[in-house]
This record gives sequence, C-alpha cells and structure tokens, in this order.
Amino acid sequence: MRYSDEHSLMYSQRDTQISRFKAWVLLLVPLAAILFQVYIPLFFQFLAYLELPLIVTVYFALMRRSPIGGLFVGALVGLAQDSLSKNPLGMFGITKTIIGYVAASVGLRLDVDHPLIRLILGFFFFVLHQFIFWALSRGLLAQQVAFETQRTLVLGLLNAIVAVSLFHFLDKLKERA
Amino acid sequence: MDTLLSRYRNITVLLLVIFAQMVLLAYQVKNGSDVRLIRVWAVTAVTPFARVIEGARGGTQGFLQNYVFLRDSRAENERMRTELGRLKLENQFLKTELATADRAKALQAFQQRSLSKMIGARIIATATGASASAVFVDRGTTSGIEKGMAVVTPDGIVGKVLAAYPTASQVLLATDPSFAAGVVSQKNHVRGILKGLGHGNCRVDYVQNEEKVETGEWFYTSGDDRLFPKGMPVGQVTAARPGNPFQDINVDPAGLAGGLEEVLIILEGVHQEIPDLKTSSEPVYLAPPLPSTSGNTQPAGDPSASTGGAPNTPTLSTDADRLRTHYQDVSDAQNHKFGDNPVGSKAVNFNLPVNPGDKPAAPKTQAPPAAGAAQPAAQKSKPPADAPAQPQTPPAPKPQAQ
Repeated sequence: MRYSDEHSLMYSQRDTQISRFKAWVLLLVPLAAILFQVYIPLFFQFLAYLELPLIVTVYFALMRRSPIGGLFVGALVGLAQDSLSKNPLGMFGITKTIIGYVAASVGLRLDVDHPLIRLILGFFFFVLHQFIFWALSRGLLAQQVAFETQRTLVLGLLNAIVAVSLFHFLDKLKERA
Repeated sequence: MDTLLSRYRNITVLLLVIFAQMVLLAYQVKNGSDVRLIRVWAVTAVTPFARVIEGARGGTQGFLQNYVFLRDSRAENERMRTELGRLKLENQFLKTELATADRAKALQAFQQRSLSKMIGARIIATATGASASAVFVDRGTTSGIEKGMAVVTPDGIVGKVLAAYPTASQVLLATDPSFAAGVVSQKNHVRGILKGLGHGNCRVDYVQNEEKVETGEWFYTSGDDRLFPKGMPVGQVTAARPGNPFQDINVDPAGLAGGLEEVLIILEGVHQEIPDLKTSSEPVYLAPPLPSTSGNTQPAGDPSASTGGAPNTPTLSTDADRLRTHYQDVSDAQNHKFGDNPVGSKAVNFNLPVNPGDKPAAPKTQAPPAAGAAQPAAQKSKPPADAPAQPQTPPAPKPQAQ
C-alpha cells in the first residue's frame, strides 16, 4: 500500500467521526463563552479564572477535526477576546490560533470522546495556552510578567474539570448524522 | 509545487494567520495606536447583551426583593404604621436617611456638590483575561465620554477611560500595573506617582526616603497629570518604609473598596484644594509659662516692668529680646526713630537713662535693679543669696566724656 493510499484511508476513517454543528451553535456558543467571561466575574470574581473561550475553542477544534477550521475558530474567538481586553489585538488571537490548530491535529489522532482523554486534553491545552500567552507577552510586548507554574497547574486542573462537563453538554448540540 | 502546497496546506495556513496577527500586533505596538474598528465591532456586539442581562438581573433582583422576600415585612410594616402613629414620622425620617445613604443618591449628591462636571455610569462587564484590571461601563461616546477621562466615586478615584465606544467605555482601574496618576499626601504634601500593583493595592513611587509619609495618612490627586483634578481622595497609606532608591509606600485605593457598581466620569474637571487635616484645627493644650520668680529675671527695659506689668503680658526671655527692647526704649526717650532720621542728625546716647530716676546703664554684671515694677517684684520675692547675678542691662558702650 502506498503512502498516499494509507494516508487517505486514515483520514477517511476519521472523517466519519467528524462532528457537525449548526451555524447558530458555532456563533452563539463562543459568544456566550465570551459574555460569561466579561459579565459573570462581576459577581463571582473567582470565576474570572475560568477560560470558557479556550474550552469552547478546544471543543470545536477537537470535534471538527479540521486544523484549518480549528485555527480559524481559535483566531476569531481570540480576536474577539482581545477586543474586549486591554491587550493589543492579536495576543489572545495568536494564542488561540495555535491552540485551535494543535487541538484539531490531536483530534485527528485520538479518540476524544472519552472523558479521561478530555480531562487530560483540557488540562494540557490550558497550560499550553497560558504558556504561549506568557511567552508572547514577554517576547512581543516586552512585559516583565512571571509564569506562575503552581497556580497555572491548579487552574489547569479546575478548567479541565469544567471542560469535561461542558464538553458533555456541548455534545448534545451536535447535528445527528 | 501544487502537491507540496496541498501536502503542507494546514501548516501554511497556520503560519499565514499567525503572521497576519503578528503584523497587526507590530502595527499597534509601533504606532502606539489601536485598530479601533475591530474593537468597536466587538464591543458593540457584546455590550448590548451584557446590558440586557444586567437589566434582567436587576429587574429580577428588584422583583424578588420588593415583592417576594419582603412581602411579610412590608405587611408588618403596614400594621406598625397603622398601630403606631408616633413612629410614622420617625420611620419616615429613617427612610429618608436610608435613601440618602443609598449609593446612587450619594453619587448624585457628590455630583452636585463637586465643582467638576460629571456623568454617572454603571459597570456592566469586566475585561477579558483573569488578571485584567479593567471594566466596561454603560456610557460611551454618545454620552460625551472620551478616552483619558477620569473615573471616580465619592470615596476616591477609580481609574481612567481606556477606550470610548459608542455604547460603552472601557475603564482601566487604578489597581492595574499600567495605571499611573500624580498624587500628594495630605499631611506633609509629599508628591509621588500612584501605580497599581495588579491586585487590590496600589503603591506610590518616586518618594525620596527623606520625605515623611506616615501610615494612615491620606493621599489626594495632585492634578499634575492633567487627568484627575486636584483634591480627589486616592486612599490611605497602609505601609510606608524606606526602600532603594525610593520609599515603598502601599496605598489602599478608597474608590475601589467594597466593590464597584456605579461610578462617575469626570467630563470637565475643576481643581479643588486638598482638605486640611482635622487635627490641625483642633485646640492644642499649652502649659502655662514659667512664673517670673525674681526681679533679676525682669529686664530693665521690659515693657511689663515699666508699665506696671500686666499679668498676662508675655515675658521676654532671651538676651536679644531684652537688648532690643532696651534700645527701643532709649530711642523713644530721645525721640529717635531708627531708620527715619536724616543723615548727620544726632546719634542716640545709649548711656542716658530711659526714665529721669534711672541711672545710666553700665557694663556691670551686677547691676542695680531697674526702676518701675522690677523693684517691687524684687522685694516681693528675693532670689537666694547664692544665686548667680544675671545682667539686667545689655553691655553698654563705655561712658564717653561729653
């Protein structure tokens, strides 16, 4: 079997697992996630540490299993987040673009429907997100910010737990084949 | 070539999208400006939702508080009003007091009291990012808000407008590390720069170690930054210790204490005086002056001595005072005014006695007691015999032959 045949077969198998969503889901869920991040911490300050836009980006990228689709979802969500932050436009954009791409690439190779895999991925992508954002802040904006490893790991775990629950809810919004 | 592109299509698109965003980022950083259009779109898309949610929350909360949770207490209140007519007036008074204490009323009262032109705004959202010290308020350019305007509450400063959009504005809080404002301390008028620390507190930078700043002292805006009008309260010093090269001064921002709901945005600022410390106007107890126990403490030229000595007249205590008073008396006795006499006029004779009965002053250490009240005073309380004699007259020039 040639490489191209093997390649095609692998992708065709994965293609059958691609989840599809209605347009309003793709539009409203990220918007709701961003609204949650800008509004809810007014009353519950600890919820500011919940990165719902990231979780939503990871979910759509994992489920759609399209690296290009994933990176565009990440870029749009990130730029929207940038627009509502005090950062220059592009900080969250670049970060979530990379996350979307990597998540979609992982989704092509792993069974992402298992809760444990989702928990690990949620944790991994949160840490990766924080690390990329920290590196960009230092490298591109020359900000002297410290990377708080312990805090990031704890928050990563909390976000991963929330991600598993949210993924379960978002699974119900998938279009049925 | 086509095969190569299709094989690396994903990574190529990824690099292109990242590159485009880096160009966007570099453009903003280099020019120091913002791509406003994208932000306007995002804010205009999100803030109406936030406004609707906030309105629904406020309405629901008000309904629950006014009609569900307080149903029994209101009925009870009605009964009490019926039964206790006397308490009606008191109840009304308390209600008025409560209404005045209400935050919105307080803001309005502050707005009317302040000389600056302000507009009230309600906080509707926070900025994205866990460590973001910025919020959105429901007033935008349509309400006259502009970038850089100061945001305050009656308790103190809150921050400044970072960006103004048609329906909302983004406010950078004073606790953000990128925030800075000129401040001055109330007591010693020490000037410094207020900066956020990223969490609840702020610090005041660029205060020399020699300057005196005390814990509990208030800082006010100095007006130097042309952002906040002078005289707005900033916060109390929680810690002040020497540092390198400047003092480490922590300030608890008063405007951000207790959570924010409503704020005032200063449209046209008017500088005000920094209020004086209350303690400075309070009366301070001073112990009574030392009693003049003997005649030799009373100089010859002392006004209290020559005029009979009013009891409350402060006694002169230094040699310079006594000398000056004596010279003044001598010149008055000879109708001489220092500085007013023409050149060539007769000089004052310091050896002549001030009063007819007086003897000329001599450079003796043990001079006779002066005339007037000094004599009876000396008789009333004689100094101890072994007390050292004090000169009562200044060392006069040597007698001249006339």
